[in-house]
Amino acid sequence: MRELLPLSLLGAVVGLDVVCFPQMMYSRPLVAATLAGAFVGDATRGLLVGVVLELIAIATLPFGASRYPEWGSAAVVGGAIAATLHTERAGEVTIGVLAALATAWVGGWTLVKLRQWNAYLAQRRRPALEAGARGTVIGLQLAGLTSDMVRAALLTTVAYAILFPVAVRLAGQWSFSGPLSRSVVMMLATAIAASAAWVIFHSARGARWYFAGGVVVGLLLLLAR
Amino acid sequence: MTAPAFNAAVPDPSPVPSLPAWTWFKVFTRLLAIQGAWNYETLLGNGVGFCVEPALRFLPGGVHGTAFKQAMARESSYFNAHPYLASVAVGALARAELSGVPAERIERFRTALAGPLGSVGDRLVWAGWLPFASLVSLAAFGLGARPLLVIGIFLVLYNAGHFALRIWGLRVGWTRGLAVAPALGNPLLRRGPAHVARAAAAAAGVALPLAAARLLDGGPSLLAIVLVGAALLAALLVRVHGRVEGYKLVLVLIALFALLSVVR
Repeated sequence: MRELLPLSLLGAVVGLDVVCFPQMMYSRPLVAATLAGAFVGDATRGLLVGVVLELIAIATLPFGASRYPEWGSAAVVGGAIAATLHTERAGEVTIGVLAALATAWVGGWTLVKLRQWNAYLAQRRRPALEAGARGTVIGLQLAGLTSDMVRAALLTTVAYAILFPVAVRLAGQWSFSGPLSRSVVMMLATAIAASAAWVIFHSARGARWYFAGGVVVGLLLLLAR
Repeated sequence: MTAPAFNAAVPDPSPVPSLPAWTWFKVFTRLLAIQGAWNYETLLGNGVGFCVEPALRFLPGGVHGTAFKQAMARESSYFNAHPYLASVAVGALARAELSGVPAERIERFRTALAGPLGSVGDRLVWAGWLPFASLVSLAAFGLGARPLLVIGIFLVLYNAGHFALRIWGLRVGWTRGLAVAPALGNPLLRRGPAHVARAAAAAAGVALPLAAARLLDGGPSLLAIVLVGAALLAALLVRVHGRVEGYKLVLVLIALFALLSVVR
């Protein structure tokens, strides 16, 4: 597992982007999983995992204080696992997606803990904050950023160290064909994305017709190829 | 009678101070980390204080002065907004503090501004621009784009909107000051979410079949089965919306599928 250290660093940088800095969305699964795949030598396999996760992540709306899965570090774990397993006969994308979803669930919990930790730090420094101490405000901000980076690095390291050996064993005993494995995953991901699109966009006037028009264009493009 | 805090039918009469370009650079780069200490107590409050601090150094007495410390205490208290549109608040609050607007008025303004900046930003960015950029790049994937191009399309498209919004927010906040409300009635912010939603709906329609086809890499019958199955499942998910989290459902179903693959 020589790849663990670079992946942990990538997970840290990507995990930091989810909420704290700079929110340029390179933490989106499409990007993070592809980068992780590239780190272990197969960007295309990482991209395939990223596409599936991105479809699922469309349903996640990170409004305010809501709880949501942490897709950044999770996509690094999933993309790297699928890319490492690319020599297996089938199921590598499915296993990568499974590992990423499990990590995203735990990652969401770690985000909640991080926010509680930040609140604890702020409470301890309340007198200084109320006195307008410049150093305290800057210190709390830097402490929060550092904590988030450490959180994401630890999450990526622990998740990859635990899930990679499990994924190797799972891939060795995988009995379904590649097309069937991908069909099941893609059907589920597409269903999540389509239902999310409906829920998010249907209140906009005429959105359903735009969606229907888009489907027609998409199918025509498929036929034209 | 006191002046309304968030009424902006009239221009802000406070004088416009001037800040060096380097200070603006520092404020803007700090805006990228505004959520660095986000927590359940003060939410974005510490971040606002952190971002506005380089500008507050120009208050009489500098960083050791009473005015600076009082302003820092005010600006680091509870605040909530969308992280990108918080730039509007940072610009407006920096101007108000440097113009010597009374503390009570600034506090009322902060309270009044938080709600609109949160709801507008959420609709425009999280429920609009982000899924739109994501679906456009998924369509590019479906059309055969290579990995670098797919992520390039996403990052360039998304961040064009992201940075434009932050820069616009800081600029409009600073130039309008406490009279920033009409700027939030900008057609882009009022009607933009609906336009982006329609564009994203169209992009979803194009992207879903294309992305499925490329990932499956199988015959048309397999694709048809997957798309029809997905449509039926999606209809079911819409009916149970709010009761099931999509990613947890997929996690459980794929785990069962994996288990079946191993034990059969």
